[in-house]
Amino acid sequence: MTTASPPPAALGTQPKPAKRAQKRGQKSSWSGWLFIGPFMAVFALVFLAPIAYSIYLSFFRNQLVGGNGFVGLANYAQVLQDSQFWSSLIRVVLFLAVQVPVMLLIAMLVALALDSGRLYGKSFFRISIFLPYAVPAVVASLMWGFMYGTRFGLVGNINEALGTNIPNPLNPDLILASIGNIVTWEFIGYNMLIFYSALSVIPKSLYEAAEIDGASQFRLVTAIKLPAIRGAMVVAAIFSVIGSFQLFNEPAILQSLAPNSISTYFTPNLYAYSLSFSGQQYNYSATVAIVMGIITMVIAYAVQLRGMRKEG
Amino acid sequence: MKSRISPAVLRGSALALAAALTLSACGGGGGNDAGGAAPEEVSADDVQAALETGGDLTVWAWEPTLEKVVEDFEAEYPNVNIDLVNAGTGNDQYTALQNAIAAGSGVPDVAQVEYYALPQFALAESVKDLTGYGAGDLQDTFSPGPWSSVQANEGIYGLPMDSGPMALFYNTDVFEKYGVEVPTTWEEYVEAARTLHEADPNVYIANDTGDAGFATSLIWQAGGQPYQVDGTDVTVNFSDEGSTKFAETWQQLLDEDLLAPISSWSDEWYQGLGNGTIATLSTGAWMPGNFTSGIPQAAGQWRAAPLPQWEEGQTASAENGGSSLTIPAASEQGALAYAFLDYANVGDGVQTRIDGGAFPATSAQLQSEEFLNTEFEYFGGQKANEIFAESAQNVPEGWSYLPFQVYANSIFNDTAGQAYVSDTPLSEGLKNWQDASVKYGNEQGFTV
Repeated sequence: MTTASPPPAALGTQPKPAKRAQKRGQKSSWSGWLFIGPFMAVFALVFLAPIAYSIYLSFFRNQLVGGNGFVGLANYAQVLQDSQFWSSLIRVVLFLAVQVPVMLLIAMLVALALDSGRLYGKSFFRISIFLPYAVPAVVASLMWGFMYGTRFGLVGNINEALGTNIPNPLNPDLILASIGNIVTWEFIGYNMLIFYSALSVIPKSLYEAAEIDGASQFRLVTAIKLPAIRGAMVVAAIFSVIGSFQLFNEPAILQSLAPNSISTYFTPNLYAYSLSFSGQQYNYSATVAIVMGIITMVIAYAVQLRGMRKEG
Repeated sequence: MKSRISPAVLRGSALALAAALTLSACGGGGGNDAGGAAPEEVSADDVQAALETGGDLTVWAWEPTLEKVVEDFEAEYPNVNIDLVNAGTGNDQYTALQNAIAAGSGVPDVAQVEYYALPQFALAESVKDLTGYGAGDLQDTFSPGPWSSVQANEGIYGLPMDSGPMALFYNTDVFEKYGVEVPTTWEEYVEAARTLHEADPNVYIANDTGDAGFATSLIWQAGGQPYQVDGTDVTVNFSDEGSTKFAETWQQLLDEDLLAPISSWSDEWYQGLGNGTIATLSTGAWMPGNFTSGIPQAAGQWRAAPLPQWEEGQTASAENGGSSLTIPAASEQGALAYAFLDYANVGDGVQTRIDGGAFPATSAQLQSEEFLNTEFEYFGGQKANEIFAESAQNVPEGWSYLPFQVYANSIFNDTAGQAYVSDTPLSEGLKNWQDASVKYGNEQGFTV
């Protein structure tokens, strides 16, 4: 919507700076600022300022007794030695290593199935698989939380009806898998859509050429479709990595149902939240958030580098 | 539901959050700059004068019955204009309040603070010591539990608004069906738990997934004093006799899987209370309202009884929940604010709030015939207030919460809660909770 208006405006101003560039370089650069000024102001206010403020906070420590004081890098040193922080990080890494490949694989299979054109009611499938993504994560977690109930929930009903003995999905051993299940359910549709849209822009001529060469459907997938959507796969992988590191909604909601399975430091985000809102350790919480942000950036960048190198 | 229950409040706010990104935007905690040496002296005449002069008061509270109190107060003192703000429930409000105090602006003149959170504000001197306002003479006005809850550092930091003397609520249909006597001691309670669960594996005596407020209340009842607070010198000790009694008894229930693994205030919990699979509930006297609104299908099945005892023949009880009204130190309208506190918690406001369904903290109301004779339709016409009032009189003195109880409660399930889902003994879980609390206390500058 907004993208439609800037180009004409930019075009209109271009001749002027071009002419006067040498004479009055300074003035022309200011007119540029005029256009991006409103954006920069909002950007600085809502994006840069909070980050700067977090960094500022992370150099202080405010105690209930003794007040506020500058502590330099002490908070960072504490994070690096904080076993609760590392255990939460290891937990999301484990989550990432198992849940993301499973989710992307299923999403890929669904996208390929839809793209193959051999399904009846294609749009129905597409919508119904995408639908969970439209359900807010909070609602989804509550819903699954009820279903996981072993007494009055779906699991309880199944156990009663079939005489089976499904263990409680909310006990400490299974909770991570249960959360993985919710997240997978939520995001398959989203990733499927990324893959599907990438698949649908592959030129039909490639398929025709392959058909002339007598390629099988399987060959079509491995030789044309998969290489063509590598970019989309990298994007989906990066989103998923970031999403896993920021895991918060699902454990936060399920915590009230399974308080002993989900500790206050279950994921790094939950840890930062508890530190800040129950512990009033805003400074330490900001430090945790910054360290986590840096780790996420490094890993997302590594995934991107690796994905792109393969492409080239 | 009634709003002054700490666990419910915490859980409720956990639902409302989903705002991890706002973390960094919430800077600053309670500043410690108010050098509160001697409490201010404000005489009754000053308070009266302030009432006549009038002015504007901002009150932060979530207690619903206060609305009517504010209306009546304004009608009686037309010069006073009160702005009643709901700045969030429990923890949400404390965060907002702490931020306002740190920022030094936007601080209300009156704030509702739960008993367990009060020491935190008292210690930082961010709420006024009301001794000089005449609160020191109110000792006999309030029942002992709430009264001891508003005291810290030899000061009085708030006036009790309501209270939660504990009682045992039980489903009489279930107990009759299986021919089990209502337990009067915790030993009998464990026995009843076994009998009920044996008779029907779906029936549990109670639900419990580890609740800090509940555990500390039962330790309180058992005469334990795990927290000793003297200024910034704090002792945490969960190996005293009271704590051991609790841990040993509860360990039996845990070992034999006699407690339903259902968290309070969850959907399953309401269902369990409604369909007879959770047979009892030990909690504060604010519960009846929740029964009526949350579990209407079980009307007539439930009754109240005194809390089971640790020793036969005793009558000890404990408090669970409840809150006070305080005056933040930054308020410039101390006298007027105190006038409102006095009206709402000692004067005419008390009856207004009882009529609205609140459970009072004042002895006079607790002993009044009208209050005691109220028949609860939900409890089959039982005069349940008699039991609650009795309970309120029997709360052991000498209990105190930590000056950082809000945080300590939030990590209960990380530590002690593990005993509910693994082989860790409860006594060891409590020890871990103690260690984690000690660690936090030391980090915050206390001597623990």
